[in-house]
Amino acid sequence: MNAQPIHFKPSEGFRGRAKAVVDNPFLRQSFRGAMDFLMTKRAAQFPDAEELDSLRTLGEHIRQYNLGKLPDLLVQLEENLARNGIHVHWAETPDEANAIILGICQKHSAKLMVKGKSMVSEEIELNHAAEAAGIGALESDMGEYIVQLAGEKPSHIIMPAIHKTKEEIATLFHEKVPGVDYTDNVDALIQIGRRVLRQKFLEADIGLSGVNFAVAETGTLCLVENEGNGRMCTTAPPVHVAITGIEKIVEKLEHVPPLLSLLTRSATGQNISTYFNMISGPRKPHEKDGPQEVHLVLLDNGRSQAYADDQLRKTLQCIRCGACMNHCPVYTRIGGHAYGTTYPGPIGKIISPHMLGLEATATMATASSLCGACGEVCPVRIPIPELLMRLREESFSAPHENPAMRGQGAGYKPWVTAIWRGWAAVYRSPSLYRLATWLGSRFAWLMPSNQGPWTTVRVPLKPAPKRLRDMLKERG
Amino acid sequence: MSEQAKTGQRPADVYFFATCVVDQFFPGAGLDAITLLERAGIRVHFPEEQTCCGQPAYTSGFPDEARKVAAQQLTLFPNDWPVIVPSGSCAGMMKHHYPTLFANDPARKAQAEALSARIHEFTDFLVNVLGWQPEDKGGECTVVLHTSCSARREMGVHLTGRKLLGDLAHVTVAQQDHESECCGFGGTFSIKQPEISGAMVEDKVKSLKATGAERVVSADCGCLMNILGHAAWKDRQEGRAQPSLPGEHIASFLLRRTEERSGK
Ligand code: SF4
Repeated sequence: MNAQPIHFKPSEGFRGRAKAVVDNPFLRQSFRGAMDFLMTKRAAQFPDAEELDSLRTLGEHIRQYNLGKLPDLLVQLEENLARNGIHVHWAETPDEANAIILGICQKHSAKLMVKGKSMVSEEIELNHAAEAAGIGALESDMGEYIVQLAGEKPSHIIMPAIHKTKEEIATLFHEKVPGVDYTDNVDALIQIGRRVLRQKFLEADIGLSGVNFAVAETGTLCLVENEGNGRMCTTAPPVHVAITGIEKIVEKLEHVPPLLSLLTRSATGQNISTYFNMISGPRKPHEKDGPQEVHLVLLDNGRSQAYADDQLRKTLQCIRCGACMNHCPVYTRIGGHAYGTTYPGPIGKIISPHMLGLEATATMATASSLCGACGEVCPVRIPIPELLMRLREESFSAPHENPAMRGQGAGYKPWVTAIWRGWAAVYRSPSLYRLATWLGSRFAWLMPSNQGPWTTVRVPLKPAPKRLRDMLKERG
Repeated sequence: MSEQAKTGQRPADVYFFATCVVDQFFPGAGLDAITLLERAGIRVHFPEEQTCCGQPAYTSGFPDEARKVAAQQLTLFPNDWPVIVPSGSCAGMMKHHYPTLFANDPARKAQAEALSARIHEFTDFLVNVLGWQPEDKGGECTVVLHTSCSARREMGVHLTGRKLLGDLAHVTVAQQDHESECCGFGGTFSIKQPEISGAMVEDKVKSLKATGAERVVSADCGCLMNILGHAAWKDRQEGRAQPSLPGEHIASFLLRRTEERSGK
């Protein structure tokens, strides 16, 4: 289990960050519009409810099958990657992962690393580590590029800059890209970005990418993308470094097509992504292009903790499509930054505690009405609401020996537990319940008009003067 | 249609599990649901010892406390009769979560599973077991239906609610935008994250009002508490004497529509 020091507690200040967005009508409207758009696009991809149902079951089975064999598959993957000439590195913590990647950079005296979209590289804060080591790290996915120019972090795992309007992007380009006049024409903005990046692909010493599926039996790394920048990153620079979490593995090539189809349809409502790359090694002697060296960094960062528990393991089924955030009424209200974690939204709430510990994330699981919209759309049927309840339990229960999670008991408050014990004592006893509710109906007028958070936007709750059981008795 | 409805096997007796929210906050809804069942020729039994399904503790991360309360309910329904619950989320708790809750207690697990099969949400029972056809005796009226999330996703209650309202000849059912979105109640969520919950209920009430419907009906009193509570708060804020969005449990609405000399 990793022991990453906690330097930031996303739980702290969460409510304040959420409130700032909720109170901003412009942001509220813009997130709502963006999420509506994504939901409509996804829905159009799955017109047949039965087909969707069976596809999701297939997706779930494939992911569970592969997770069930994860330790063996990792060994098999390493062997086959090595046979294909890909160097495999294992990192338990973000620091180890950064050290490995920077080590590769230093070996090649690299000055510039150009990056395809990779949430795992965000997870380890690679850009930060690279810059500290004097290596330039440039994002080449348009959304990531915008976010990097703005000095921000992605607010969505698929659409990193979804929180930005085109006017904001226009201003940003005008201010940050030398020689660019203000334009809010989207095509023109994309062309500006492309022009800058194209040059950098040729200059870069290292190309970094993520991985969507790593195929164990063939030793292949699959990469899904829409802009072609992923292909550039993995072919143009002399060295390609891929990084991914240990869970992104499938045994067989035939597992890929159903997952790929679920991924693109759930994520962006696309039948298929514009690019799908299958990387199976460095340039061979007779080949004209491709990197001379290919590396894969496999990161744990708390995943093995989730793996060790049958229920929590389901978290690792995720294929990072982002559909859960697009459909989440909480994400729609507060956007991605409020979460304070690399992965926002429902998937962020269930995966971040394994990465950062419950000490840092204890209250995040409470930011859900458990409406179930996430679980309903998840293409691999992760029971997200059930996992959120489990996280609440892990966090609020009294600290005990051999916990399943780091930081178990971090949200434990003896008085809260006492309230629930008292509640159970009343509600498990018909006579105490009758007494308590009788008192409630008799003394309803004593209910305060200020009922804390409830009455900030609602009238106070008041028990009815007669309970149903009283009405039934009177009726005879 | 269920097997029972198809074969015309109507149960003569049912149990009624009111839920703690109905018992204490919406007793009229409970009484109306019982009256409706009785008028359909069914004997309704109300076990006096009932309290709460245990959901509040369960969803808040206190399964031990939920288990204690749930165990009390397991013993209340000795005869093999259907158990009718006028709340989709509590019905979902008893139907889908009781068996998990008692996974490590074989005797209670068996009880929970047997009970689970007999749990019916109120509108589901009317439609799929009784095949009940309401005869609308009211005037023209437009309503909007809100279905709680667990009722929708675990129990399919939006379909049965819609069917019942659709069967009322003089009632138009309005369609709100973002119909399937949560109202923001979520039990302790509304207390722990009041800003987000508040934003959600605000949007929900806006969508419901934008339909121009005269009232909102729902098969879940938890949501009604939240939605009507916010609508009334807004009325106060804006100095309205009349409620801008009145609402009630679907049982009360159905009962009134099908009674002689009914108003709206
Ligand atoms: S949890 Fe499910 S819906 Fe959310 S990103 Fe992962 S696969 Fe997609």
